[in-house]
Amino acid sequence: MRPPSKLRRFYETTDQVVVTDKDSPPRLMFFGEDFLVEDLPVGTKVIFPNPPVAGLPNVRAAIRWAVNHPEGCDPLHAQLRPGMKVTIAIDDISLPLPQMRTPDVRQQVLEVVLELLGDAGVDDVHLVIAIALHRRMTAAEVRRMVGQRIFDSHWPDRLYHHDAEDRDGLVSLGTTGHGEKVVLNRRAAESDLVIYVNLNLVPMDGGHKSMSTGLTSYEGVKAHHDPRTIRQSWSYMDPPHSELHRSVDRVGRVIDEHLNVFHIETTINNRMFDGQLGFLMKREEDFTDGDRLKLEAMRASLRLLPKAARRRLLHSLPAAYEVIAVHAGRTEPTHQKILEASYGQYLVDVDFQADVVVYGMPYISPYNVHSTLNPLLVQVMACGYFFNFYRGRPLVKPGGTLIIAHPCSDEFDPVQHPSYIEFFHRLLPETRDAAVLERKYEREFAENPTYVHLYRTGNAYHGAHPFFMWYWGENGRQHLGRIIAVGADNDHVPRLLGWDTASTLSEAIDMARSTHGRGAEIAMLHFPPIVMTQGPA
Amino acid sequence: MDETRKAAFFDVDGTLVRTNIVHAFAFYAMNQGTIFGTAWHTAKTVVSLPLLWATDQANRKAFNEMFYSFYRGQSEDRLLFLADELFERVLRPAVYPGAKRLIEEARRAGCRVVLCTGALDFTVRRLAEHLGADDLIANRMHFVNGFATGRVVPPIVEGAHKALAIRDYCSREAFALDQSFAYSDSFSDYPMLAVVGHPAAVNPDVRLRSVARAYEWPVLSTQEA
Repeated sequence: MRPPSKLRRFYETTDQVVVTDKDSPPRLMFFGEDFLVEDLPVGTKVIFPNPPVAGLPNVRAAIRWAVNHPEGCDPLHAQLRPGMKVTIAIDDISLPLPQMRTPDVRQQVLEVVLELLGDAGVDDVHLVIAIALHRRMTAAEVRRMVGQRIFDSHWPDRLYHHDAEDRDGLVSLGTTGHGEKVVLNRRAAESDLVIYVNLNLVPMDGGHKSMSTGLTSYEGVKAHHDPRTIRQSWSYMDPPHSELHRSVDRVGRVIDEHLNVFHIETTINNRMFDGQLGFLMKREEDFTDGDRLKLEAMRASLRLLPKAARRRLLHSLPAAYEVIAVHAGRTEPTHQKILEASYGQYLVDVDFQADVVVYGMPYISPYNVHSTLNPLLVQVMACGYFFNFYRGRPLVKPGGTLIIAHPCSDEFDPVQHPSYIEFFHRLLPETRDAAVLERKYEREFAENPTYVHLYRTGNAYHGAHPFFMWYWGENGRQHLGRIIAVGADNDHVPRLLGWDTASTLSEAIDMARSTHGRGAEIAMLHFPPIVMTQGPA
Repeated sequence: MDETRKAAFFDVDGTLVRTNIVHAFAFYAMNQGTIFGTAWHTAKTVVSLPLLWATDQANRKAFNEMFYSFYRGQSEDRLLFLADELFERVLRPAVYPGAKRLIEEARRAGCRVVLCTGALDFTVRRLAEHLGADDLIANRMHFVNGFATGRVVPPIVEGAHKALAIRDYCSREAFALDQSFAYSDSFSDYPMLAVVGHPAAVNPDVRLRSVARAYEWPVLSTQEA
């Protein structure tokens, strides 16, 4: 007779959650710049992403409709007059991941908007890439994002990066009622109209966060990217329950009081791979022999390639994302509509919390486009992004165990992440306490002239950025009891991060069971593509 | 020592300006006041260039001694008089576009800005003022009866001695070495970089770039604004 514990799979109500049984195929997982295929214990609940929502059939028409039927304000054309000063702020290529096929949705929005501005006789138009403390993009990256025509006509005089360290290029708009400093790009602040062209990959993006982080200074970012705020954010993907978003919203409302901001928000589906790599979007149950062959061929090829070539290859594979929603207008009503579309794509209802959650870590994050996922970024993906892929309550129980698969190589990109190297090798051996790191070292790194120079003239993240990356994992760290890295190629990186190691997934599960017992509930978030869970709070 | 006081030490040639000390000397050689003097010193400089280059590759200290001997017999007042012109015509146009910005960033971080160069002090004093440096560590020519002897006042500022000069400076002025910064383009300045807490390679030569990669020192460029 079937024991009661085995009966529970009969009660699963959603197709996106599959309970592993003896006949289940092994599961495919990201493993950095490689993939793992692993059997999971019987009873493991595998949470699959929703299928891609159908893309809009005519994106340009949707953009035109959105700017002509905005939320809470006059249509864009009605706000334009000859001779006015307009700044268009644009999200950088930290999103989407991987980069979407050209034409990028930002290019499509810009083409529509610039045509409107031209027709209205608005000549004083600057395009500012809202990088905040992110790295400056290369000219080739900018060209790819905005398209050749806009690049040729605007770069570099009227299409350029926001500079968070240019004292003359920033202006203070005061403080919020909670004392958060509101600092903004001067060109934007002195414009008659600011148009923000945004791309939401996940629900934490967009809204007030666009202006209040994208066009501010170190002091402006620091106002809400601190350990205290992060510890009260449950989760980043659920703005009403995220202290980070509450703070960002306060800052954004001050900005909206001072400036006329017209948001054009877009969001995309989760069609991360298609064509020859389309099998990565399938469930393993649906793999054909051809799919298995492709997977093995891909893994063999990746292993044969030198690291640099492998990375170049993976980062050069564009995603087949399709735009599923475009809305425009005032900040909050516009963002609300985009959030609904984004949740519709990603959320999967779950009615349980697991003792142990497993996921494979990919090769990419918002902070390493065309670069390596260094140990600090592995941390931010594990404890920051993936842990926060929930609404309501976390997928893992308080004190639960997170098992991640990634080589955790001690490898940093000195061009993009110079300050990460010092943070990881000088500070983490001293302490992992975010509050201590913030108090003792954050400002030193932020003001380090070498890092400031590299941020302003090179393609490096700001000196303070590794601190924000560490804080970003703070709510995950405080919630989780244990993190086990599977397949790490060294011991010291996991140790510095405060993680345990296991050579295989089964060993890691045995280690987790030693904490939670043989009856531990195990779940796996099946990436790719992105999936988020929704459970009762 | 005050734990919070810090300084930023900048090599000059190749780091902040695209010239080197030979440019300065060549300028003096070509401005001797008489046609014959100019012709003689210019010819001597041109002929010596391969030897200077070879010596520089082999031993920076020997290079410096040989190089500074070329100044022997020059009058002090003439060297000082030409220094302004040297700055206007040679050094100022050669300042890298990003040099001032890097110095301003160091100042903003609360660093005292100090140029540390193997050049002669009178040749770079105007440059130091132009860049807004607070202090200058440079070689000083030895003069007797108003004429250069061709020897610099020891200790010569180069290589390992730059590190010593920086250490002494921090000790004398109560700066924390481990909080201080150093910037150079040349592997010959490895000691100067290694002695501070925050070294960085600027427009580095091949050997320094390799060292910077090995030690994970940041690599900067001042060649772009």
